[in-house]
Amino acid sequence: MSSAGRSRREKPSLRRAFSWLRLREEAIRCLLFGCALLSVMTTLAIIFVLVTETMIGIPPHTSFFQDVSLSEFFLGTEWTPNFSAEQAHYGVAPLVCGTLLITGISGLIGLPTGLMIAVYLSEYASPKARSICKPMLEMLAGVPTVVYGYFGLRFLTPYFIMPVFGGLGAQGYNALCGGIVVGIMIIPMVASLSEDVLRAVPNSLRESGYALGATKFDVSARIVVPSALSGVIASFLLALSRSIGETMAVAICAGNMANLSLNPLEATQTMTAFIVNVMQGEVVAGSTLEKSLYAVALVLFVMTLVMNLVSQLILEKFREAYQ
Amino acid sequence: MALVKAFTQFVDPPSGSTSAEASPEAGGTPRAAKIETVNMGFFYGTHQALRDISLRINECAVTALIGPSGCGKSTYLRSLNRMNDIIEGTRVTGSVTLDGEDIYARDVDVVSLRKRVGMVFQKSTPFPKSIFDNVAFGPRIAGLTNRTELTEIVERSLQQAALWNEVKDRMRESAMALSGGQQQRLCIARALATSPEILLMDEPASALDPASTARIEDLIFELKQNYTIVIVTHNMQQAARISEVTAFFCQGRMVEVGQTKQLFTNPSQKETEDYITGRFG
Ligand SMILES: Nc1ncnc2c1ncn2[C@@H]1O[C@H](COP(=O)(O)OP(=O)(O)OP(=O)(O)O)[C@@H](O)[C@H]1O
Ligand SMILES: [Mg+2]
Repeated sequence: MSSAGRSRREKPSLRRAFSWLRLREEAIRCLLFGCALLSVMTTLAIIFVLVTETMIGIPPHTSFFQDVSLSEFFLGTEWTPNFSAEQAHYGVAPLVCGTLLITGISGLIGLPTGLMIAVYLSEYASPKARSICKPMLEMLAGVPTVVYGYFGLRFLTPYFIMPVFGGLGAQGYNALCGGIVVGIMIIPMVASLSEDVLRAVPNSLRESGYALGATKFDVSARIVVPSALSGVIASFLLALSRSIGETMAVAICAGNMANLSLNPLEATQTMTAFIVNVMQGEVVAGSTLEKSLYAVALVLFVMTLVMNLVSQLILEKFREAYQ
Repeated sequence: MALVKAFTQFVDPPSGSTSAEASPEAGGTPRAAKIETVNMGFFYGTHQALRDISLRINECAVTALIGPSGCGKSTYLRSLNRMNDIIEGTRVTGSVTLDGEDIYARDVDVVSLRKRVGMVFQKSTPFPKSIFDNVAFGPRIAGLTNRTELTEIVERSLQQAALWNEVKDRMRESAMALSGGQQQRLCIARALATSPEILLMDEPASALDPASTARIEDLIFELKQNYTIVIVTHNMQQAARISEVTAFFCQGRMVEVGQTKQLFTNPSQKETEDYITGRFG
């Protein structure tokens, strides 16, 4: 009797059938896919614009490299694209040099300071000190970059750089000021990202260190930071990417003169600063000057990309070594 | 007596050095006390985790601490090298002396105290460094930089911890690649490298398989020739096998202390008997 009852009962079909639930799932899937697609499309569109303006012109337009030879762009040492046609030079080296100089100075200032703040917050600070320090850092991160720029120009240069380095020929606009300002800007980023990874180091490692007679400094410098090294390096690289891309503060502090020199006391121009500078003026559409913007942007894009790849590589290596 | 029968089989100290007297009340000539706590109490903030602990820990002997979970064994152990200082709001009352010196006196240098009183934790905690750097950590922070001396210390410590033969060809490899048992022996080697006088071990074998546990027990047996060892264990057979003196803790008090054999075969307190026969805890 029971077997007869079982055979008569309808089994739910495994075949797909229309249902509102399924429709909703499908709609959500499409929406999410659309969002992902949007970001991919945007990236592709940007690359498309950069490449067509720079390398492969779509007739009747000519590309940047049809106007300017590759060798002039990469080997030339002068960057004067807004001069009249005969005197214009398109060697990108001064801009790359300015960018590296500013990024280098900012790294020298921002990375160690940020890491030390992170160590202080995660290892030394009492809960009370941390509750005061962290909001301050967040405020520092929230200051608009233009404000940093004017802080550098109106305060750092006249009251610090000039009195100290004036004798060495420091100029009113100088790379040092730009670098310091960007260095200060990346401190909150390094500090908070590094603090997170330092705090994630298990307490048992710290205790083992103390049990071996380590001081707080030994524990911080020889156990906690090395154990969290991958995360610390990642935070450094992110901060440096930010330095490379920083525009306003540098444009305000460091002047706008492309300069192939590693002297931090001279004015300089970074790639991004050049781009905003030209955009603020009048650019003739289709002129070589306009196209040079795209060429510079492409170089910037490639530099950042390489940096991200390198950071990935370092992280991977580190993981292999310690996991 | 089932109790006696249950324990006599493994209460057979291989070295035969049972003459060490456990505590004053055990009578006989007491061996020199390395560490002594008198009426010691311990507070986490307002929560009193230990009260009125008076215990003498003999030199060059193994003292086992047993008791149900949460009774304060780890707390007691960690207060012997002031590890609890790291925890905010902790407080010790009574006295803890090392070779007659109060370790909680105001002018005590905690760092040098911890160099004399080493510690091995329940969970092995190798640093994410090479095997060599792990063992060399203690000597290095003590300021030793001479490469040959460091190499010597590392080799000696690893040999003492019975790990040398397994790792001698891979000193540069990451310690994280070792097995759990090897990592625990590495941690013991790391503690030995600072040449402590006392080794505190908090359930050092609780996460290990029987073979690794046996190796660590052998190791403790070797080490007690030169070191004073205090070990917390939940494994009563282990306590019986390796220790001369056993102290039974319960709810923050030390209920009973005595010669291991005595305590396991003929406990004087009802609580102790209940615990070691598994009726409680
Ligand atoms: N960091 C801490 N803060 C507050 N209370 C704590 C802390 N550590 C331990 N305690 C409390 O102190 C008491 C003793 O803990 P302890 O860790 O010493 O027990 P134990 O005997 O080692 O237990 P187990 O066998 O489970 O390891 C417990 O009641 C515990 O809740
Ligand atoms: Mg414990």
